[in-house]
Amino acid sequence: MSTPFYVSPQQAMADRAEYARKGIARGRSVVVLQYNDGVLFVAENPSRALHKVSEIYDRIAFAAVGKYNEFENLRIGGVRYADLRGYTYDRDDVTARGLANVYAQTLGTIFSSAGEKPYEVELIVAEVGAGPEDDQIYRLPHDGSIVDEHGSVAVGGNADQISNYLDQRHRDGMTLAEALKLARASLARDTNGTERALTAEQLEVAVLDRTRPQQRKFKRLLGRQLSRLLEEGSGAESVADVADEPGEDAGPQG
Amino acid sequence: MEANFPSTGRLPAAFLTPGSSSFMDFLGAHQPEMLPRNRQLPAQGVIEAPHGTTIVAATFPGGVVLAGDRRATMGNVIAQRDIEKVFPADEYSAVGIAGTAGLAVEMVKLFQLELEHFEKVEGVSLSLEGKANRLSTMIRSNLGMAMQGLAVVPLFAGYDVDRQKGRIFSYDVTGGRSEEHGYAATGSGSLFARGALKKLFREDLTEQQATTLVVQALYDAADDDSATGGPDLARRIYPIVTVINDEGFRKLTDAEASEIVRAVHERRLQEPDGPRAALL
Repeated sequence: MSTPFYVSPQQAMADRAEYARKGIARGRSVVVLQYNDGVLFVAENPSRALHKVSEIYDRIAFAAVGKYNEFENLRIGGVRYADLRGYTYDRDDVTARGLANVYAQTLGTIFSSAGEKPYEVELIVAEVGAGPEDDQIYRLPHDGSIVDEHGSVAVGGNADQISNYLDQRHRDGMTLAEALKLARASLARDTNGTERALTAEQLEVAVLDRTRPQQRKFKRLLGRQLSRLLEEGSGAESVADVADEPGEDAGPQG
Repeated sequence: MEANFPSTGRLPAAFLTPGSSSFMDFLGAHQPEMLPRNRQLPAQGVIEAPHGTTIVAATFPGGVVLAGDRRATMGNVIAQRDIEKVFPADEYSAVGIAGTAGLAVEMVKLFQLELEHFEKVEGVSLSLEGKANRLSTMIRSNLGMAMQGLAVVPLFAGYDVDRQKGRIFSYDVTGGRSEEHGYAATGSGSLFARGALKKLFREDLTEQQATTLVVQALYDAADDDSATGGPDLARRIYPIVTVINDEGFRKLTDAEASEIVRAVHERRLQEPDGPRAALL
């Protein structure tokens, strides 16, 4: 019997983290932004059927990047968790914090168990509250940690650069059209700084809209509605300009 | 529920097993004791529990209306005078329940969740037939209870988005399902309600007329069946009237229901038996 090759725990964890990070970095990014009426999710995703953004419960939605089968499993697990909890107690007792905790425990256990392959996923769980100050956004990296985010957050391949871009331009009380345009602009920037044109067909967009009369606040923005929102106030260089000059909506696409 | 999780706090395997889109299947695998069908039945005897009574439905071009009275009875006692027995099942369907109120409400809750769960997991809604079949399964699993006098007999109505029309499904205690064309009624007052519906129903009703029709039918049911509650004008308790059309489910507000009920009531002060159908 050969002696097992010694690997220090630090090295083993670093290797696993490296493995997971590489898997996540291969995919396109997802951004999540707060706007005045709720939370906006935008993903670059040409598929109409395989979603990166989904509904979990009345006020809770889920966004993910990385390996599809892994985050799909987690998504269904989350729906089951939320539905079971709501059935056992009450619909109001299902919270993003509870769900984020369960996800963190799940990801963390898988990440640190030597027998299992670490999940190559990064998740966002968001809940829309009665007012903007009650909105909650949690980012869940592959290793089981939780980050409580405010304003805007990006996950996926180019996350650092996109986060930076969003941090500089996002502000409280943006309208849906403004937030959507900012999200598109952030996703359109490549690692080398060049910009691509992203059309409505390439984007998967959904909102948790607190003004929706229905109990379930999640809504996908599709087709004409999405195109119209993207057109609104286009031509202005940055979102801040649009807010200052609401009348301007002609001109070339930015 | 956290107590059910193993010590690590991670989601148990049942949560992450791909396959079923059914919440009831998941519950059966993970926590079977929470499913109504896995409950221990009492050994003998009939249990006294509040019973809901009459539900009526009628289609009109472009949709369907589903309505129910507000009374629950326990033997000869009125157990509750403002119970609600008509519920939205999802955006395009509704279910109205006659029978043991406690079990019925639980069944509706599970049914709503079943439809919502499927929609969230699969990304698309079940077809109207699929929903009706799901409800059938749930009623069938209650057969043991039904044998002991705790039957639940719903009426399911929905707008079929594919065929673009309203449809009604009725059930028996064994889960037997049949589609009803035009109108249907269930519960203790259903015989009288069906008589009224039969004489007043026409194919070309407007939405407004259809809502009046179901209120008339409930009025007639309450007239002859002691377990069905008529509109309580003094307490402002009116039947629950819901409309499902291509815009989805809508419950009439108290003000709208009161307007219809008062109009019907006014006419009945002149003609206590209600509108008369032609003899030939």
